[in-house]
Amino acid sequence: MTAERFPIEAGHIMAFARALCDDNPVYYDPSSDEAKAVGGIIAPPTFVQASAQFDPDYPLRPKPGEVWFGSGATPSGRIHSEGAAGDSGGANGGTILHAEQHYEYHRPIRAGEVLTVSVHSGRTWEKQGRRGGLLHFGESITEYCAADGELVVTARSVGVRTDQTVRD
Amino acid sequence: MALDSALLRVGDVHEATVVDNLTRTQIVQYAGASGDYNPIHTDEVFATQVAGYPSVFAHGMLTMGLTGRMLTDYVGDGRLTKFGGRFTAQVWPGDTLIASATVSAIEEDDGVVVAQFDVATRNQHNVAVFTGSASARLD
Repeated sequence: MTAERFPIEAGHIMAFARALCDDNPVYYDPSSDEAKAVGGIIAPPTFVQASAQFDPDYPLRPKPGEVWFGSGATPSGRIHSEGAAGDSGGANGGTILHAEQHYEYHRPIRAGEVLTVSVHSGRTWEKQGRRGGLLHFGESITEYCAADGELVVTARSVGVRTDQTVRD
Repeated sequence: MALDSALLRVGDVHEATVVDNLTRTQIVQYAGASGDYNPIHTDEVFATQVAGYPSVFAHGMLTMGLTGRMLTDYVGDGRLTKFGGRFTAQVWPGDTLIASATVSAIEEDDGVVVAQFDVATRNQHNVAVFTGSASARLD
């Protein structure tokens, strides 16, 4: 169980909407008719995923003083000479992929508020993959709450760890 | 503008092209905004030479976010009560994605109309890359 602070910043919402090619003014212009109709700038439906920015331990962001596993002088920061075996972020040379994502919206998220994030693990299960290899599934449930404790968004995520590289 | 429930029928389909020829730059843009810098999405050298993929590929959440844009454009801002699904195939640079919502139910409870949708996003080969469902509060 972790708890963290997720400040909902207007500029962050704008950048996130831009990455989705979404030019709806409800995501950047508080004086627009769209924003006025919903009481100000709100976040797009998948925005809570960006709470990763505020997770100090988030593993998929390079951090000062730590070896990053992306390419630099060699194809991976974890490879010190060409041709040595590396890993792709998963265990045993496999990959962790996002299998499912589900959101329940209790109310819109608003620019300017600060949410509290709490994560807990859900079920885990295994399944035989279509192309061989065992698939390991794990569920995590994240609750995003307002300052007064009101539940704003519930997110349920399922990740899958494969024993080998996945291709369609 | 919210969708008008009086005009909505079960079986109605709304569809939109949410990306045409996905670029690596857009994937990088999503990495920066979301904070997920996994090099399998952003680093062609790593993705091909270390992870063994044919190229980088999009975050599942980029596909879901693009699908969400189709939904909010359709039902209106701040209307969704649920949105979820499964990532069923990888999305690659150059892909074109078409997202669709099909009305599966319209329910009224205490004067509040909630519409349910089956949601699917397909690539240019008509392969589903995301399938799920959504619910929205309508007027």
